[in-house]
Amino acid sequence: MFDNTLFFSPFWSVLIIFCTVGGIIGIFWLIGWMSKGHSKAELSANETVATMGHVWDETLEEYSNPLPRWWLGMFYVTLFWAIIYLILYPGLGAFTGFLKWSQVGQYEQEMKEAEVKYGPIYEQFQAESIEKLAQTEDALKIGHRLYMTYCTACHGSDARGVASQGFPNLRDDEWLWGGKPEEIEATIMNGRNPAEAPPVMIAWKDVIGGDEGVKNVAQYVISLNPKRVSEVAPAAAEKGQATFATCAGCHGPDGKGMQPLGAPNLTDDIWLYGGSKEQIETSVAAGRKGTMPAHGEFLGAAKVHLLAAYVYSLSHSGGNKPVPATPAQP
Amino acid sequence: MVQSETYNYKVIKQFAIMTVIWGIVGMTVGVYIAAELAWPWLNFDIPYITFSRLRALHTNAVIFAFSGCALFATSYYVVQRTCHTKLFSNGLAAFTFWGWQLVILSAAITLPLGITQAKEYAELEWPIDLLITLVWVSYAIVFFGTIARRKTPHIYVANWFYGAFIITIAMLHIFNNLAIPVSLTKSYSAYAGVQDAMVQWWYGHNAVGFFLTAGFLGMMYYFVPKQTQRPVYSYRLSIVHFWALMFTYIWAGPHHLHYTALPEWTQSLGMAMSLILLAPSWGGMINGIMTLSGAWEKLRSDPILRFLIVSISFYGMSTFEGPMMAIKTVNSLSHYTDWTIGHVHSGALGWVAMISIGSLYYLIPRLFGRELYSLKLVEVHFWAATIGVVLYISAMWVSGIMQGLMWRAFNADGTLTYSFVESVQPMHPYYVTRFLGGVLFLSGMLVMAYNVWKTVTNTRTMAVADQIPIPALAH
Repeated sequence: MFDNTLFFSPFWSVLIIFCTVGGIIGIFWLIGWMSKGHSKAELSANETVATMGHVWDETLEEYSNPLPRWWLGMFYVTLFWAIIYLILYPGLGAFTGFLKWSQVGQYEQEMKEAEVKYGPIYEQFQAESIEKLAQTEDALKIGHRLYMTYCTACHGSDARGVASQGFPNLRDDEWLWGGKPEEIEATIMNGRNPAEAPPVMIAWKDVIGGDEGVKNVAQYVISLNPKRVSEVAPAAAEKGQATFATCAGCHGPDGKGMQPLGAPNLTDDIWLYGGSKEQIETSVAAGRKGTMPAHGEFLGAAKVHLLAAYVYSLSHSGGNKPVPATPAQP
Repeated sequence: MVQSETYNYKVIKQFAIMTVIWGIVGMTVGVYIAAELAWPWLNFDIPYITFSRLRALHTNAVIFAFSGCALFATSYYVVQRTCHTKLFSNGLAAFTFWGWQLVILSAAITLPLGITQAKEYAELEWPIDLLITLVWVSYAIVFFGTIARRKTPHIYVANWFYGAFIITIAMLHIFNNLAIPVSLTKSYSAYAGVQDAMVQWWYGHNAVGFFLTAGFLGMMYYFVPKQTQRPVYSYRLSIVHFWALMFTYIWAGPHHLHYTALPEWTQSLGMAMSLILLAPSWGGMINGIMTLSGAWEKLRSDPILRFLIVSISFYGMSTFEGPMMAIKTVNSLSHYTDWTIGHVHSGALGWVAMISIGSLYYLIPRLFGRELYSLKLVEVHFWAATIGVVLYISAMWVSGIMQGLMWRAFNADGTLTYSFVESVQPMHPYYVTRFLGGVLFLSGMLVMAYNVWKTVTNTRTMAVADQIPIPALAH
């Protein structure tokens, strides 16, 4: 009944109980004191009530009308309601109330009830493969709703990410961590690049020879895209090529990236943090770290499975076209 | 016949005029940020005028500049006239005026620059907080010094409320702003985590309870009986509701932190006390409105009285709404929605602004010894203000309850029916309506400024009744 873990000593709890109960008793006393001296006859005859006999600033006086009864009734209702509430619910210091209510308890109870009610809806899809679900209208509808709740803040409600801000486009079938169904599911489930882990793409500026080194390697990186060769200064790019040996550890000797490491392909037109000369230089010089948080513990495997199916469908159901209706099962 | 002494009206005149000016400034900023919510491009990507910075400027300007000046002006007037003595110190009173204007000016500079403690209604950084403390202590000395020198045997009820407001705001301001400075423009709160949140809302809700309620009840207890020329309805009621209000309000803060990391006992206690608060609040409303009992016909002909009585009605309405919104189950719908904004404005525009406006229309001709220029324009102001408030709060009720319902709507599979952005989109028409309500209310203030200007420059003069009554020797 008494949970003292919230208090350093019983003193504080006792003080709170004393002030609360004392205050409420004080209000009752105040009402009683100010109700004295009024017979029932006076209560119904306002006109005969006298003023208090004091005058301020020439005209200011006060009647001594009794407390209105309807108002007093309302006051008593709230006071008694508060007393009952404080007996049933936590409020009086460390006394936790007879109902043993707690907000964590209420949350857990509601989550348990939701699990019973909604759990089976998700579980029915768990045995199906993601490829199959990506063609199943009912599954995609739920997946879309989950996406709208949990994913839009970063990837956008159109799932095209946020250009140059490090939030990947999920519709283009280009993948940092792999686009196979089980890879997408693992990404959602366990996250990637956890926030507490050190960055992999560190700030390279001091490692590769300051501003000069950064500029050179950026020139080489731009030159990897056949369409942009004309943009670069060949001499700088040549110097940068030597430095790129350091980068090749993750991005590969050809700069095409390595999905197991989440290292992006540098030879195409898709840039997580922007592909302009300045943006690339910033990425190299200062490093980058984007985090995909883990959702498994939070959403559960069944919901993640449906989400993975929805995300997979964005690039595997004929691109951005509407999802075709599933034929009726025999 | 001895030449009688006169009350100090100079500082009251200064505060009264600044009330009108700061009211217009604060409400203009409010209207602009209301427009930004409806048409976000209006911030023109200029950091100084984004919603996040101007919002704090708006709240500080209307609470501390507009309402603050109204409280200074009326309390100095009321305390002198009901104590039958002049102010305790004219020098300190002048310091409170210039000091307070400096506080407001500093706020107007620092807030758009983004210099803030990030505590709602306590955004100003520590050097300004120190200046506020100095001004406030001087205010307390002037006010209570005057009470101590009173020539009347009893302290008039209006002064209880002004006194409680001054003492409590001093305590709240000091404790909520305890911080460790790291530079002239940056400090860190002395409290951590949920304790910081609790102290903040203990302050935040009592800024409403004592700055915007107790102080203005003091105003009500003077200007309503004066304008109606009738005695206060019930002395007994004023005793009960005063002490019950003082005791109960100070506990209500935690209802701002329902279903958070704040320990449950604190939340429940805050909620229980918020409900008990209904009757003490309505005690004030009854005493204000029933003072008019037997003279209702005056409402038809007197727009100043109408301002006062309608403001008390808004007070009654928002003090019913408040305890209701403090109930956890209601709060789980209303919290974080526009309903809260609507609730605040029915109190701030309907109660605080309208009772200040009514009191100023009473006060200014008497302070300057000029007849009120136009009662017709007061009438125009009254309707602009009333329709403005009603538009504002009804728009926020609809959009707030809509937001609350959309955020908790579920599909058959347990997923949310609406993503957040889908709940933002339908708000647009209500934000436009709110903007129009604000424009109306602000236009009323501009009409007032014109009327006040024409009044203080009016050629039709009248005697200034600022002579202090001499106590009869026989008594």
